[in-house]
Parts: sequence; C-alpha cells; structure tokens
Amino acid sequence: MKFGIVTFPGSNGDYDAYHAAADALGQEATYLWHKDHDLQGSDVIILPGGFSYGDYLRAGAIARFSPIMNEVIAHARRGAPVLAICNGFQIACEAGLLPGALMRNATLRFVSRVVNIRVENATSMFTHEYFNGQVLSIPVAHGDGRYTGDPASIQQLEDNGRVVFRYCSSDGLVLDDGNVNGSVNGIAGIINEEGNVLGMMPHPERAVDPVVATPDGLGVFHSLLSMVAA
Amino acid sequence: MQSYRVPVQIVPRPGILDPQGAAVVGALRTLGFETVQDVRIGRFITVDVSADTPQAATESVRSMCSKLLANPVIEDFVLEEPTLQPDQRT
Repeated sequence: MKFGIVTFPGSNGDYDAYHAAADALGQEATYLWHKDHDLQGSDVIILPGGFSYGDYLRAGAIARFSPIMNEVIAHARRGAPVLAICNGFQIACEAGLLPGALMRNATLRFVSRVVNIRVENATSMFTHEYFNGQVLSIPVAHGDGRYTGDPASIQQLEDNGRVVFRYCSSDGLVLDDGNVNGSVNGIAGIINEEGNVLGMMPHPERAVDPVVATPDGLGVFHSLLSMVAA
Repeated sequence: MQSYRVPVQIVPRPGILDPQGAAVVGALRTLGFETVQDVRIGRFITVDVSADTPQAATESVRSMCSKLLANPVIEDFVLEEPTLQPDQRT
C-alpha cells in the first residue's frame, strides 16, 4: 500500500505521517508537494497537521486551494481513502470533503498534550482494528480544534455513525472535562457520508511508538492496511 | 475601468459560540461597563477591485466572500458601499 503525504507550506506533521506509514507500518510512502498535480499512484492520501499558510484568514482556508487539492478531491470522490489529521481536518472541511468547521478552542488556549478519545464507530475503514467504546490515548496539538456545524448536519453525523472518535475521560466517559477544545458533542473525528474520508484533530501518526507516546494510533493505519489487503 | 475599495465585515453567525467575544464581555464588566450585553468579534477586510461600476465591484467582492473570505458554516458577511479610489496606475 502506498501512502501519499501532502506537504503544504507550513505543514509540520508530514514527517510524522511518513514515519508512521514507512517505519511503523512498513509500507511505501512518499511526500507530495502541494504545487504538484500528481498523486504518484498513492492508495491513501494523508493531509497532515501543521499551520499551512500560517493559518491566515482561517485555518485551512488557503491550503484548500493549493493545486494538488484538485487531485486529492478527485481521489476522495472516487471513494479512495483520505486521512485528514489536525490542520488536514481543517483543510478537508474548508474543501467541502467533510461537513462543519473547526474554530478557536473554547478556552482560547493552544492545547498540546495526550488526551483520551473513545472509538464510537469501529466499522469504518479507518477504525475496524479497534472495538466500539475502546479508549485511546493520543496526542493533540491545536489552537483551532473546536468542531462545529449547523444542528442538522451534526444530527446527521450522529444518526449515521459518522462520529468515529469522541473526547472522553480515561475510563471512557464523555464529559465536558475531557472535551479539550469545546467541540460540539465532544466530537474528535468524523467520516464523510461514503466513509472514505476521516477527519480528526488528535494525531494518530504521533502515537505509533511507545517511545514517544502510546501505540494507540497504530490501529488507524492497520485498519487501512487490512482494508486494502482484504 | 475604475478602482473601487469595498470594505467587508465578517462576523460569527448567530448561535456560534464566540469565546473571544465572551472573554471581552468579562473584561469589560470587570472594568465597570455593566451595561455591556454581548460582544462578537469578527474581522474587517478591504478589497480593492477594478470594475466599471460600484455595483460590479460589489458583486465581484460578494463572490470572493462566498468562495474564500468567509466560511458560510460559521460566518456571515456584510459588504459596505464601494468608494472610488484614486487611479494608482498613473
């Protein structure tokens, strides 16, 4: 399986994503420059974390119009997997690949620490190596992570199992306390209607090795791998 | 073609939590401004465009707002009247 990792000016999660795909997973991985128009035959596209274009105007607003996004959007429309992490999630929302938007954290503070998230849907192509209700410890690092949307779209996400991760306490309870950024319903990650685009604020690619955090993010990558191998 | 300056106000939509506005409300009350009821913080952008008429200038900036300058999920925008700018090409 080949992972294509888009590098925007200001991306900083691209090396971590490469490490997760190439070293932790042992798969082929390549960087894709944002000005290119070629996905180089990648099976999975990763939109990584960072501060593309300095978060000018709104986080992700300008990166969304990078040349390579035409190909990324076409890749998603074909039903191929896109993993959008942190700033990538913001870009995917701005590009209309996912509903809603990510706004300034309710605390107005940048938050950089390991948080707990609960797997809400363990049937998606990104999460089937987990089980429903599993609690993962995964790092977050963001200032604009408060997921929001109009009430009808949020209801649609909830009704259709499209909320795949939710912030929670260490014992898996979804409480205001564990909601690090004030996201509506504690939403930490969602998938699109077709289930092939995942957007999440926490960083699974920074949780693939117990030396630096936990290995709890590996399941996202293993899920993708076994989905295509199957 | 003339040069017009079109000012744009972008504000959080009603019902969208604005934590910056809420923090400023708290600070204003601390300062003794007890009459303050609500504060919403947005952004102010001026766009200079070349157009034949003020209406055309407004329309082109409206289109820019829909496509990039504002995010309709969370923001509303208000266009102010265009003002004719001195020709900068001469």
